[in-house]
Amino acid sequence: MAGILVFVEQRKGQIRAASLQAVSEARRLGVGEVSAVLPGSGVTGAAAALGAYGASKVFVADDPNLGLYSAEGYAEVVVKACGLAQPSAVLFGGTAMGRDLAPRVAARLGVGAIADATAITVEGDALVVTRPVYSGKAVATVDTAGKRPQVVSLRPNVFAAEQVGGSAEVVALDGLALSIRAVVKELLDTGGGELDVAEADIIVSGGRGIKGPENFGLIRDLAHALGGAVGASRAVVDAGWIEHKHQVGQTGKVVSPTLYVACGISGAIQHLAGMSSSKVIVAINKDPDAPIFKVADYGIVGDLFQVIPPMVDAIKALKA
Amino acid sequence: MNCIVCIACVPDTASVIKIGPDGKGIDESGIKWIVAPYDEYALEEALKITEAKGGEVTVVTFGPDRAESALRDCLARGAHKAIHVRGGEASLGDSFTIASVLAAAIKGLAYDLILVGVKGVGTDNAQVGQMLAELLGIPHVAGVLTLELGDGGLTAGRDVEGGREKVACPLPALLTCQKGLNEPRYAALKGIMAAKKKPVDKVEVSSLGIQEGVNPFYAVRSVALPPAKSAGTLIKGEDDPAGAAAQLVKLLRDEAKVI
Repeated sequence: MAGILVFVEQRKGQIRAASLQAVSEARRLGVGEVSAVLPGSGVTGAAAALGAYGASKVFVADDPNLGLYSAEGYAEVVVKACGLAQPSAVLFGGTAMGRDLAPRVAARLGVGAIADATAITVEGDALVVTRPVYSGKAVATVDTAGKRPQVVSLRPNVFAAEQVGGSAEVVALDGLALSIRAVVKELLDTGGGELDVAEADIIVSGGRGIKGPENFGLIRDLAHALGGAVGASRAVVDAGWIEHKHQVGQTGKVVSPTLYVACGISGAIQHLAGMSSSKVIVAINKDPDAPIFKVADYGIVGDLFQVIPPMVDAIKALKA
Repeated sequence: MNCIVCIACVPDTASVIKIGPDGKGIDESGIKWIVAPYDEYALEEALKITEAKGGEVTVVTFGPDRAESALRDCLARGAHKAIHVRGGEASLGDSFTIASVLAAAIKGLAYDLILVGVKGVGTDNAQVGQMLAELLGIPHVAGVLTLELGDGGLTAGRDVEGGREKVACPLPALLTCQKGLNEPRYAALKGIMAAKKKPVDKVEVSSLGIQEGVNPFYAVRSVALPPAKSAGTLIKGEDDPAGAAAQLVKLLRDEAKVI
Protein backbone atom coordinates (compact mmCIF):
# COMPACT_ATOMS: atom_id res chain seq x y z
CA MET A 1 0.00 0.00 0.00
CA ALA A 2 1.32 3.37 -0.92
CA GLY A 3 0.14 6.66 -2.24
CA ILE A 4 -2.86 8.80 -1.50
CA LEU A 5 -6.32 8.72 -3.03
CA VAL A 6 -8.32 11.96 -2.93
CA PHE A 7 -12.10 12.14 -3.23
CA VAL A 8 -13.02 14.96 -5.62
CA GLU A 9 -16.32 16.77 -5.23
CA GLN A 10 -18.03 18.64 -8.03
CA ARG A 11 -21.25 20.55 -8.35
CA LYS A 12 -22.73 20.82 -11.86
CA GLY A 13 -19.40 19.66 -13.24
CA GLN A 14 -17.43 22.34 -11.40
CA ILE A 15 -14.74 20.91 -9.10
CA ARG A 16 -14.95 22.35 -5.57
CA ALA A 17 -12.07 24.37 -4.13
CA ALA A 18 -11.82 22.12 -1.05
CA SER A 19 -11.06 19.16 -3.34
CA LEU A 20 -8.29 21.02 -5.16
CA GLN A 21 -6.83 21.90 -1.76
CA ALA A 22 -6.91 18.21 -0.79
CA VAL A 23 -5.23 17.08 -4.03
CA SER A 24 -2.52 19.71 -3.54
CA GLU A 25 -1.94 18.64 0.06
CA ALA A 26 -1.73 14.99 -1.02
CA ARG A 27 1.01 15.96 -3.47
CA ARG A 28 2.90 18.01 -0.85
CA LEU A 29 2.81 15.10 1.62
CA GLY A 30 4.92 13.13 -0.87
CA VAL A 31 4.10 9.60 0.21
CA GLY A 32 3.75 8.12 -3.26
CA GLU A 33 1.42 8.44 -6.21
CA VAL A 34 -1.53 10.82 -5.88
CA SER A 35 -4.71 9.54 -7.45
CA ALA A 36 -8.19 11.02 -7.40
CA VAL A 37 -11.70 9.66 -7.62
CA LEU A 38 -14.45 11.73 -9.21
CA PRO A 39 -18.08 10.57 -9.17
CA GLY A 40 -20.79 12.47 -11.03
CA SER A 41 -22.79 12.65 -14.23
CA GLY A 42 -21.14 14.12 -17.31
CA VAL A 43 -17.95 14.83 -15.38
CA THR A 44 -15.35 12.94 -17.43
CA GLY A 45 -14.29 16.15 -19.15
CA ALA A 46 -13.46 17.81 -15.83
CA ALA A 47 -11.15 15.00 -14.68
CA ALA A 48 -7.99 15.76 -16.64
CA ALA A 49 -7.66 19.21 -15.03
CA LEU A 50 -6.75 17.54 -11.73
CA GLY A 51 -3.37 16.66 -13.25
CA ALA A 52 -2.30 20.27 -12.88
CA TYR A 53 -2.71 19.96 -9.11
CA GLY A 54 -0.58 16.84 -8.87
CA ALA A 55 -2.89 13.88 -9.46
CA SER A 56 -1.34 11.34 -11.80
CA LYS A 57 -4.46 9.24 -12.17
CA VAL A 58 -8.17 10.09 -11.92
CA PHE A 59 -10.78 7.38 -11.50
CA VAL A 60 -14.03 8.68 -12.94
CA ALA A 61 -17.45 7.20 -12.22
CA ASP A 62 -19.64 8.93 -14.80
CA ASP A 63 -23.19 7.74 -14.25
CA PRO A 64 -26.61 9.45 -14.44
CA ASN A 65 -27.39 8.04 -10.97
CA LEU A 66 -24.41 9.92 -9.52
CA GLY A 67 -25.40 13.37 -10.76
CA LEU A 68 -26.54 14.43 -7.32
CA TYR A 69 -24.81 13.30 -4.14
CA SER A 70 -25.54 9.96 -2.59
CA ALA A 71 -23.61 8.79 0.46
CA GLU A 72 -24.17 5.16 -0.47
CA GLY A 73 -23.48 5.53 -4.20
CA TYR A 74 -20.44 7.74 -3.76
CA ALA A 75 -19.09 5.43 -1.02
CA GLU A 76 -19.29 2.53 -3.44
CA VAL A 77 -17.29 4.51 -6.02
CA VAL A 78 -14.59 5.54 -3.54
CA VAL A 79 -14.28 2.00 -2.17
CA LYS A 80 -13.92 0.65 -5.70
CA ALA A 81 -11.18 3.19 -6.49
CA CYS A 82 -9.51 2.24 -3.23
CA GLY A 83 -9.40 -1.38 -4.33
CA LEU A 84 -7.63 -0.36 -7.53
CA ALA A 85 -5.23 2.24 -6.11
CA GLN A 86 -4.49 0.47 -2.78
CA PRO A 87 -3.63 3.80 -1.13
CA SER A 88 -2.22 4.19 2.36
CA ALA A 89 -4.53 7.19 2.88
CA VAL A 90 -7.78 8.58 1.48
CA LEU A 91 -8.32 12.35 1.78
CA PHE A 92 -11.55 14.34 1.57
CA GLY A 93 -12.15 18.09 1.46
CA GLY A 94 -14.10 18.77 4.65
CA THR A 95 -17.24 20.18 3.02
CA ALA A 96 -20.78 19.10 3.94
CA MET A 97 -20.34 16.31 1.39
CA GLY A 98 -16.82 15.30 2.39
CA ARG A 99 -17.62 15.27 6.10
CA ASP A 100 -20.68 13.10 5.36
CA LEU A 101 -19.02 10.68 2.97
CA ALA A 102 -15.66 10.03 4.69
CA PRO A 103 -17.08 8.15 7.71
CA ARG A 104 -19.42 6.05 5.52
CA VAL A 105 -16.43 5.08 3.34
CA ALA A 106 -14.26 4.36 6.37
CA ALA A 107 -16.88 2.10 7.95
CA ARG A 108 -17.30 0.23 4.65
CA LEU A 109 -13.52 -0.29 4.58
CA GLY A 110 -13.60 -1.34 8.23
CA VAL A 111 -11.27 1.42 9.39
CA GLY A 112 -11.57 4.57 11.50
CA ALA A 113 -11.47 8.13 10.26
CA ILE A 114 -10.17 11.51 11.33
CA ALA A 115 -12.17 14.65 10.59
CA ASP A 116 -11.25 18.31 10.23
CA ALA A 117 -7.46 18.18 9.85
CA THR A 118 -5.78 21.58 10.06
CA ALA A 119 -2.21 20.26 9.66
CA ILE A 120 -0.72 16.95 8.55
CA THR A 121 2.80 15.59 8.96
CA VAL A 122 4.28 12.34 7.68
CA GLU A 123 6.02 9.64 9.70
CA GLY A 124 7.14 6.87 7.41
CA ASP A 125 4.00 6.43 5.37
CA ALA A 126 1.72 7.32 8.28
CA LEU A 127 -0.13 10.61 8.44
CA VAL A 128 -0.14 12.39 11.79
CA VAL A 129 -3.01 14.83 11.98
CA THR A 130 -3.48 18.01 13.99
CA ARG A 131 -7.11 18.93 14.53
CA PRO A 132 -9.16 21.19 16.79
CA VAL A 133 -11.23 19.51 19.51
CA TYR A 134 -13.87 20.95 21.84
CA SER A 135 -14.71 23.25 18.92
CA GLY A 136 -11.28 24.83 18.96
CA LYS A 137 -10.81 25.19 22.72
CA ALA A 138 -7.99 22.63 22.40
CA VAL A 139 -5.90 21.06 19.65
CA ALA A 140 -5.24 17.32 19.38
CA THR A 141 -2.54 15.45 17.47
CA VAL A 142 -3.83 12.04 16.43
CA ASP A 143 -3.29 9.09 14.10
CA THR A 144 -5.26 6.00 13.10
CA ALA A 145 -3.41 3.57 15.37
CA GLY A 146 -1.73 1.78 12.47
CA LYS A 147 -4.92 1.12 10.51
CA ARG A 148 -4.81 1.47 6.71
CA PRO A 149 -5.96 3.19 4.70
CA GLN A 150 -6.09 6.32 6.83
CA VAL A 151 -9.29 8.22 6.08
CA VAL A 152 -8.90 11.95 6.75
CA SER A 153 -11.02 15.00 5.94
CA LEU A 154 -9.32 18.40 5.63
CA ARG A 155 -10.76 21.66 6.90
CA PRO A 156 -11.53 23.86 3.87
CA ASN A 157 -9.30 26.88 3.23
CA VAL A 158 -6.50 25.78 5.55
CA PHE A 159 -4.45 23.95 2.90
CA ALA A 160 -3.47 25.84 -0.25
CA ALA A 161 -4.53 24.71 -3.74
CA GLU A 162 -1.48 24.89 -6.00
CA GLN A 163 -1.17 24.35 -9.73
CA VAL A 164 2.15 22.68 -10.45
CA GLY A 165 1.59 21.49 -14.02
CA GLY A 166 1.39 17.85 -14.96
CA SER A 167 -1.24 15.65 -16.47
CA ALA A 168 -3.43 12.86 -15.24
CA GLU A 169 -4.43 9.57 -16.77
CA VAL A 170 -8.24 9.28 -16.73
CA VAL A 171 -9.55 5.81 -15.85
CA ALA A 172 -13.26 5.08 -16.23
CA LEU A 173 -14.73 3.07 -13.38
CA ASP A 174 -17.31 0.70 -14.70
CA GLY A 175 -19.14 -2.34 -13.48
CA LEU A 176 -20.38 -0.40 -10.47
CA ALA A 177 -23.16 -2.11 -8.56
CA LEU A 178 -24.83 1.03 -7.23
CA SER A 179 -27.26 0.47 -4.40
CA ILE A 180 -28.79 3.84 -3.52
CA ARG A 181 -31.61 4.00 -0.98
CA ALA A 182 -31.32 7.60 0.29
CA VAL A 183 -31.82 9.56 -2.94
CA VAL A 184 -31.16 13.29 -3.30
CA LYS A 185 -34.19 14.38 -5.34
CA GLU A 186 -33.11 17.95 -5.83
CA LEU A 187 -30.49 20.49 -4.88
CA LEU A 188 -32.03 23.92 -4.38
CA ASP A 189 -29.85 27.00 -4.57
CA THR A 190 -30.46 28.81 -1.30
CA GLY A 191 -27.26 30.81 -1.18
CA GLY A 192 -28.48 33.53 -3.56
CA GLY A 193 -24.89 33.76 -4.75
CA GLU A 194 -23.65 34.37 -1.20
CA LEU A 195 -20.60 32.56 0.09
CA ASP A 196 -21.05 30.01 2.89
CA VAL A 197 -19.07 30.73 6.06
CA ALA A 198 -17.60 27.21 6.00
CA GLU A 199 -15.91 27.91 2.68
CA ALA A 200 -15.16 31.61 2.91
CA ASP A 201 -11.70 33.10 3.16
CA ILE A 202 -13.10 36.28 4.74
CA ILE A 203 -16.02 36.37 7.18
CA VAL A 204 -17.82 39.40 8.62
CA SER A 205 -20.03 38.46 11.57
CA GLY A 206 -22.70 40.38 13.39
CA GLY A 207 -23.80 39.99 17.00
CA ARG A 208 -26.26 41.50 19.39
CA GLY A 209 -24.55 44.88 19.00
CA ILE A 210 -26.20 45.36 15.62
CA LYS A 211 -29.45 45.86 17.56
CA GLY A 212 -31.92 44.30 15.11
CA PRO A 213 -32.29 42.02 12.08
CA GLU A 214 -32.82 45.03 9.82
CA ASN A 215 -29.22 46.08 10.46
CA PHE A 216 -27.67 42.95 8.95
CA GLY A 217 -27.55 45.02 5.76
CA LEU A 218 -24.59 46.85 7.29
CA ILE A 219 -22.78 43.54 7.93
CA ARG A 220 -23.60 42.42 4.37
CA ASP A 221 -22.21 45.68 2.94
CA LEU A 222 -18.90 45.12 4.70
CA ALA A 223 -18.82 41.43 3.73
CA HIS A 224 -19.50 42.29 0.08
CA ALA A 225 -16.89 45.05 0.04
CA LEU A 226 -14.33 42.55 1.34
CA GLY A 227 -15.58 39.70 -0.88
CA GLY A 228 -16.45 37.61 2.14
CA ALA A 229 -19.32 35.74 3.77
CA VAL A 230 -21.80 36.85 6.43
CA GLY A 231 -21.48 35.19 9.82
CA ALA A 232 -23.41 35.58 13.06
CA SER A 233 -23.22 34.91 16.77
CA ARG A 234 -25.49 32.39 18.49
CA ALA A 235 -27.43 35.16 20.24
CA VAL A 236 -28.72 36.67 17.00
CA VAL A 237 -29.44 33.27 15.44
CA ASP A 238 -31.44 32.23 18.51
CA ALA A 239 -33.27 35.57 18.33
CA GLY A 240 -34.28 34.69 14.77
CA TRP A 241 -32.45 37.60 13.15
CA ILE A 242 -30.62 35.34 10.68
CA GLU A 243 -30.56 31.63 9.75
CA HIS A 244 -28.47 29.07 11.64
CA LYS A 245 -26.31 28.34 8.60
CA HIS A 246 -24.59 31.68 9.32
CA GLN A 247 -23.79 30.81 12.95
CA VAL A 248 -20.11 30.68 13.92
CA GLY A 249 -19.20 28.97 17.18
CA GLN A 250 -19.44 25.78 19.15
CA THR A 251 -23.01 25.01 18.08
CA GLY A 252 -22.50 26.55 14.66
CA LYS A 253 -19.63 26.33 12.24
CA VAL A 254 -16.02 26.25 13.36
CA VAL A 255 -14.04 28.35 10.90
CA SER A 256 -10.46 29.37 10.11
CA PRO A 257 -10.63 32.14 7.50
CA THR A 258 -7.77 34.46 6.63
CA LEU A 259 -9.74 37.42 7.98
CA TYR A 260 -12.55 37.36 10.56
CA VAL A 261 -14.32 40.61 11.41
CA ALA A 262 -16.52 40.48 14.53
CA CYS A 263 -18.98 43.36 14.70
CA GLY A 264 -20.96 43.93 17.88
CA ILE A 265 -19.97 40.47 19.20
CA SER A 266 -18.86 40.44 22.82
CA GLY A 267 -17.11 37.08 22.48
CA ALA A 268 -18.77 34.33 24.54
CA ILE A 269 -16.49 31.34 25.05
CA GLN A 270 -18.58 29.30 22.59
CA HIS A 271 -18.12 31.93 19.87
CA LEU A 272 -14.39 32.32 20.51
CA ALA A 273 -14.01 28.53 20.22
CA GLY A 274 -15.45 28.68 16.72
CA MET A 275 -13.28 31.43 15.25
CA SER A 276 -10.13 31.96 17.28
CA SER A 277 -8.01 29.94 14.82
CA SER A 278 -8.68 32.57 12.12
CA LYS A 279 -5.43 34.06 10.80
CA VAL A 280 -6.33 37.71 11.40
CA ILE A 281 -9.14 38.74 13.73
CA VAL A 282 -10.71 42.19 13.79
CA ALA A 283 -13.19 43.28 16.46
CA ILE A 284 -15.46 46.30 16.41
CA ASN A 285 -17.26 46.81 19.71
CA LYS A 286 -18.40 49.63 21.98
CA ASP A 287 -17.27 47.87 25.15
CA PRO A 288 -13.48 48.05 25.62
CA ASP A 289 -13.71 45.15 28.12
CA ALA A 290 -15.46 42.77 25.68
CA PRO A 291 -13.65 39.39 25.66
CA ILE A 292 -13.49 39.48 21.85
CA PHE A 293 -10.66 42.07 22.13
CA LYS A 294 -8.50 39.45 23.91
CA VAL A 295 -8.28 37.39 20.71
CA ALA A 296 -8.36 40.29 18.24
CA ASP A 297 -5.28 41.30 16.25
CA TYR A 298 -6.93 44.63 15.50
CA GLY A 299 -9.77 46.26 17.32
CA ILE A 300 -11.78 49.43 17.18
CA VAL A 301 -13.50 50.53 20.37
CA GLY A 302 -16.45 52.42 19.00
CA ASP A 303 -19.95 52.45 17.61
CA LEU A 304 -20.17 49.98 14.74
CA PHE A 305 -22.92 52.08 13.10
CA GLN A 306 -20.40 54.92 12.76
CA VAL A 307 -17.33 52.78 12.03
CA ILE A 308 -18.59 50.33 9.39
CA PRO A 309 -19.90 52.80 6.71
CA PRO A 310 -16.57 54.69 6.37
CA MET A 311 -14.79 51.31 6.46
CA VAL A 312 -16.88 50.10 3.52
CA ASP A 313 -16.08 53.30 1.63
CA ALA A 314 -12.35 52.99 2.35
CA ILE A 315 -12.27 49.36 1.19
CA LYS A 316 -14.21 50.18 -1.97
CA ALA A 317 -11.82 53.05 -2.70
CA LEU A 318 -8.89 50.67 -2.21
CA LYS A 319 -10.32 48.10 -4.60
CA ALA A 320 -11.48 50.59 -7.23
CA MET B 1 -42.95 3.92 15.02
CA ASN B 2 -40.04 2.98 17.27
CA CYS B 3 -37.15 5.38 17.51
CA ILE B 4 -33.68 4.91 18.92
CA VAL B 5 -31.79 8.02 19.94
CA CYS B 6 -28.03 7.79 20.50
CA ILE B 7 -26.61 10.48 22.72
CA ALA B 8 -23.20 11.60 23.92
CA CYS B 9 -22.49 13.08 27.32
CA VAL B 10 -20.09 15.99 26.78
CA PRO B 11 -18.66 18.98 28.67
CA ASP B 12 -21.07 21.92 28.92
CA THR B 13 -20.30 24.34 26.08
CA ALA B 14 -19.64 27.05 28.66
CA SER B 15 -16.74 24.97 30.09
CA VAL B 16 -13.23 26.34 30.16
CA ILE B 17 -11.06 23.52 28.81
CA LYS B 18 -7.80 22.72 30.62
CA ILE B 19 -5.34 20.02 29.69
CA GLY B 20 -5.05 16.96 31.93
CA PRO B 21 -1.79 15.81 33.56
CA ASP B 22 -1.01 13.16 30.91
CA GLY B 23 -1.21 15.73 28.09
CA LYS B 24 -3.54 13.44 26.15
CA GLY B 25 -6.90 14.60 27.37
CA ILE B 26 -8.66 17.32 29.27
CA ASP B 27 -8.71 18.03 32.98
CA GLU B 28 -12.18 16.85 33.98
CA SER B 29 -12.27 18.53 37.37
CA GLY B 30 -15.02 21.10 37.58
CA ILE B 31 -16.55 20.10 34.26
CA LYS B 32 -20.33 19.94 34.11
CA TRP B 33 -21.50 17.14 31.81
CA ILE B 34 -24.54 17.56 29.58
CA VAL B 35 -26.44 15.83 26.79
CA ALA B 36 -24.63 17.02 23.64
CA PRO B 37 -26.63 20.02 22.32
CA TYR B 38 -27.30 18.50 18.89
CA ASP B 39 -28.49 15.25 20.48
CA GLU B 40 -31.31 17.29 22.02
CA TYR B 41 -32.70 17.90 18.52
CA ALA B 42 -32.53 14.14 17.85
CA LEU B 43 -34.41 13.37 21.07
CA GLU B 44 -37.03 16.06 20.48
CA GLU B 45 -37.74 14.79 16.96
CA ALA B 46 -38.08 11.21 18.24
CA LEU B 47 -40.49 12.35 20.97
CA LYS B 48 -42.60 14.30 18.45
CA ILE B 49 -42.73 11.32 16.08
CA THR B 50 -43.79 8.80 18.74
CA GLU B 51 -46.33 11.25 20.18
CA ALA B 52 -47.90 11.55 16.73
CA LYS B 53 -47.58 7.97 15.53
CA GLY B 54 -47.17 5.83 18.64
CA GLY B 55 -44.20 3.66 19.45
CA GLU B 56 -41.35 4.05 21.89
CA VAL B 57 -38.19 6.09 22.20
CA THR B 58 -35.14 4.20 23.44
CA VAL B 59 -32.10 6.28 24.31
CA VAL B 60 -28.68 4.66 24.02
CA THR B 61 -25.32 5.92 25.19
CA PHE B 62 -21.80 4.56 25.46
CA GLY B 63 -20.04 6.23 28.33
CA PRO B 64 -18.78 6.03 31.89
CA ASP B 65 -20.95 6.18 35.03
CA ARG B 66 -21.59 9.92 34.70
CA ALA B 67 -23.45 9.33 31.41
CA GLU B 68 -26.37 7.93 33.41
CA SER B 69 -27.44 11.44 34.42
CA ALA B 70 -27.63 12.37 30.72
CA LEU B 71 -29.84 9.32 30.12
CA ARG B 72 -32.08 10.31 33.06
CA ASP B 73 -32.37 13.79 31.55
CA CYS B 74 -33.64 12.21 28.31
CA LEU B 75 -36.06 9.96 30.21
CA ALA B 76 -37.33 13.01 32.07
CA ARG B 77 -38.07 14.72 28.77
CA GLY B 78 -40.19 11.77 27.70
CA ALA B 79 -38.03 8.92 26.39
CA HIS B 80 -39.46 5.52 27.39
CA LYS B 81 -36.34 3.54 28.24
CA ALA B 82 -32.58 3.72 28.09
CA ILE B 83 -29.58 1.52 27.45
CA HIS B 84 -26.30 2.46 29.09
CA VAL B 85 -23.29 0.71 27.60
CA ARG B 86 -20.69 1.33 30.25
CA GLY B 87 -17.15 2.24 29.25
CA GLY B 88 -15.96 4.53 26.53
CA GLU B 89 -13.17 6.38 28.26
CA ALA B 90 -10.55 4.43 26.31
CA SER B 91 -12.37 5.17 23.06
CA LEU B 92 -12.75 8.95 23.24
CA GLY B 93 -12.69 10.27 19.66
CA ASP B 94 -12.52 6.75 18.22
CA SER B 95 -15.64 7.07 16.06
CA PHE B 96 -15.34 3.58 14.57
CA THR B 97 -15.10 1.81 17.92
CA ILE B 98 -17.98 3.91 19.30
CA ALA B 99 -20.11 3.12 16.24
CA SER B 100 -19.23 -0.58 16.54
CA VAL B 101 -20.31 -0.62 20.19
CA LEU B 102 -23.58 1.19 19.42
CA ALA B 103 -24.25 -1.13 16.47
CA ALA B 104 -23.77 -4.17 18.70
CA ALA B 105 -26.09 -2.71 21.34
CA ILE B 106 -28.80 -1.78 18.80
CA LYS B 107 -28.65 -4.77 16.44
CA GLY B 108 -31.27 -6.91 18.16
CA LEU B 109 -33.75 -4.07 18.73
CA ALA B 110 -36.82 -3.33 16.61
CA TYR B 111 -36.63 0.19 15.20
CA ASP B 112 -37.84 2.32 12.31
CA LEU B 113 -35.61 5.33 12.85
CA ILE B 114 -32.30 5.99 14.57
CA LEU B 115 -31.68 9.63 15.41
CA VAL B 116 -28.41 11.17 16.56
CA GLY B 117 -27.04 14.71 16.79
CA VAL B 118 -25.11 16.03 13.80
CA LYS B 119 -22.05 16.13 16.06
CA GLY B 120 -20.96 16.01 19.66
CA VAL B 121 -19.17 19.07 20.92
CA GLY B 122 -16.25 17.09 22.31
CA THR B 123 -13.81 15.46 19.92
CA ASP B 124 -15.85 16.93 17.06
CA ASN B 125 -15.30 14.21 14.47
CA ALA B 126 -19.03 14.12 13.59
CA GLN B 127 -18.65 10.60 12.20
CA VAL B 128 -20.43 8.16 14.49
CA GLY B 129 -23.88 8.45 12.86
CA GLN B 130 -22.71 7.68 9.33
CA MET B 131 -20.53 4.81 10.56
CA LEU B 132 -23.38 3.37 12.62
CA ALA B 133 -25.70 3.45 9.59
CA GLU B 134 -23.10 1.66 7.49
CA LEU B 135 -22.47 -0.98 10.17
CA LEU B 136 -26.21 -1.60 10.53
CA GLY B 137 -26.65 -1.67 6.75
CA ILE B 138 -29.23 1.14 6.64
CA PRO B 139 -29.28 4.43 4.71
CA HIS B 140 -28.67 7.75 6.43
CA VAL B 141 -29.25 11.46 5.94
CA ALA B 142 -26.87 13.82 7.76
CA GLY B 143 -27.58 17.31 9.05
CA VAL B 144 -31.35 17.05 8.83
CA LEU B 145 -33.23 20.38 9.06
CA THR B 146 -36.66 19.37 7.82
CA LEU B 147 -38.39 16.01 8.09
CA GLU B 148 -41.62 14.57 6.70
CA LEU B 149 -42.57 10.98 7.38
CA GLY B 150 -44.65 9.05 4.88
CA ASP B 151 -45.60 5.41 4.43
CA GLY B 152 -42.42 3.39 4.87
CA GLY B 153 -40.23 6.32 4.02
CA LEU B 154 -39.21 9.88 4.74
CA THR B 155 -38.24 13.11 3.01
CA ALA B 156 -35.54 15.16 4.68
CA GLY B 157 -33.90 18.49 3.93
CA ARG B 158 -30.23 19.16 4.64
CA ASP B 159 -28.06 22.19 4.00
CA VAL B 160 -24.94 22.04 1.90
CA GLU B 161 -22.75 25.03 1.02
CA GLY B 162 -25.11 27.51 -0.65
CA GLY B 163 -27.87 24.96 -1.15
CA ARG B 164 -30.49 22.66 0.31
CA GLU B 165 -30.71 18.99 -0.64
CA LYS B 166 -34.09 17.22 -0.55
CA VAL B 167 -33.52 13.55 0.20
CA ALA B 168 -36.04 10.69 -0.08
CA CYS B 169 -35.21 7.62 1.92
CA PRO B 170 -36.91 4.35 2.90
CA LEU B 171 -37.18 3.13 6.49
CA PRO B 172 -35.43 2.00 8.55
CA ALA B 173 -32.95 4.84 8.33
CA LEU B 174 -30.58 6.89 10.45
CA LEU B 175 -30.77 10.69 10.67
CA THR B 176 -28.21 13.06 12.12
CA CYS B 177 -30.07 16.11 13.39
CA GLN B 178 -29.09 19.76 12.92
CA LYS B 179 -30.04 22.86 14.87
CA GLY B 180 -33.22 24.30 13.35
CA LEU B 181 -35.04 20.94 13.03
CA ASN B 182 -37.15 21.65 16.13
CA GLU B 183 -37.17 23.41 19.48
CA PRO B 184 -36.09 20.94 22.20
CA ARG B 185 -38.29 20.77 25.30
CA TYR B 186 -37.05 20.98 28.84
CA ALA B 187 -37.75 18.36 31.46
CA ALA B 188 -40.70 19.23 33.70
CA LEU B 189 -40.73 18.30 37.38
CA LYS B 190 -43.31 15.59 36.71
CA GLY B 191 -41.05 14.11 34.05
CA ILE B 192 -38.06 14.20 36.36
CA MET B 193 -40.00 12.26 38.98
CA ALA B 194 -41.29 9.77 36.39
CA ALA B 195 -37.78 9.27 35.00
CA LYS B 196 -36.62 7.78 38.28
CA LYS B 197 -38.91 4.81 37.71
CA LYS B 198 -38.06 4.27 34.04
CA PRO B 199 -35.73 1.39 33.17
CA VAL B 200 -32.05 1.93 32.38
CA ASP B 201 -30.58 -1.28 31.03
CA LYS B 202 -26.89 -1.42 31.97
CA VAL B 203 -24.65 -3.32 29.59
CA GLU B 204 -20.91 -3.90 29.98
CA VAL B 205 -19.05 -3.17 26.74
CA SER B 206 -17.17 -6.48 27.05
CA SER B 207 -20.47 -8.37 26.91
CA LEU B 208 -20.92 -6.99 23.36
CA GLY B 209 -17.73 -8.77 22.30
CA ILE B 210 -15.65 -5.59 22.14
CA GLN B 211 -12.48 -5.20 24.19
CA GLU B 212 -11.95 -1.48 24.54
CA GLY B 213 -8.42 -0.20 24.03
CA VAL B 214 -7.17 -3.51 22.57
CA ASN B 215 -7.67 -2.73 18.90
CA PRO B 216 -8.22 1.03 18.58
CA PHE B 217 -8.84 2.90 15.33
CA TYR B 218 -7.81 6.34 16.61
CA ALA B 219 -4.83 7.17 18.78
CA VAL B 220 -4.37 10.48 20.56
CA ARG B 221 -0.71 11.51 20.76
CA SER B 222 -1.24 14.80 22.53
CA VAL B 223 -3.81 17.44 23.40
CA ALA B 224 -2.76 21.03 23.94
CA LEU B 225 -4.31 24.45 24.26
CA PRO B 226 -4.22 26.57 21.10
CA PRO B 227 -1.23 28.92 20.99
CA ALA B 228 -1.91 32.09 23.00
CA LYS B 229 -2.31 35.24 20.97
CA SER B 230 -0.20 38.29 21.65
CA ALA B 231 -1.98 41.54 22.38
CA GLY B 232 -3.46 43.18 19.31
CA THR B 233 -3.59 46.79 18.16
CA LEU B 234 -6.47 48.67 19.71
CA ILE B 235 -7.78 51.82 18.00
CA LYS B 236 -9.95 54.27 19.90
CA GLY B 237 -12.89 55.02 17.66
CA GLU B 238 -15.30 56.86 19.93
CA ASP B 239 -14.38 60.40 18.89
CA ASP B 240 -13.31 59.91 15.28
CA PRO B 241 -14.97 56.77 13.92
CA ALA B 242 -14.17 57.58 10.28
CA GLY B 243 -10.50 58.13 11.14
CA ALA B 244 -10.39 54.87 13.07
CA ALA B 245 -12.01 53.04 10.13
CA ALA B 246 -9.42 54.48 7.73
CA GLN B 247 -6.57 53.52 10.07
CA LEU B 248 -7.89 49.96 10.39
CA VAL B 249 -8.24 49.49 6.63
CA LYS B 250 -4.67 50.77 6.17
CA LEU B 251 -3.36 48.29 8.79
CA LEU B 252 -5.25 45.41 7.20
CA ARG B 253 -3.72 46.27 3.85
CA ASP B 254 -0.16 47.25 4.75
CA GLU B 255 0.59 45.31 7.93
CA ALA B 256 -1.68 42.24 7.98
CA LYS B 257 -1.80 42.12 4.16
CA VAL B 258 -5.23 40.50 4.12
CA ILE B 259 -7.08 42.95 1.85
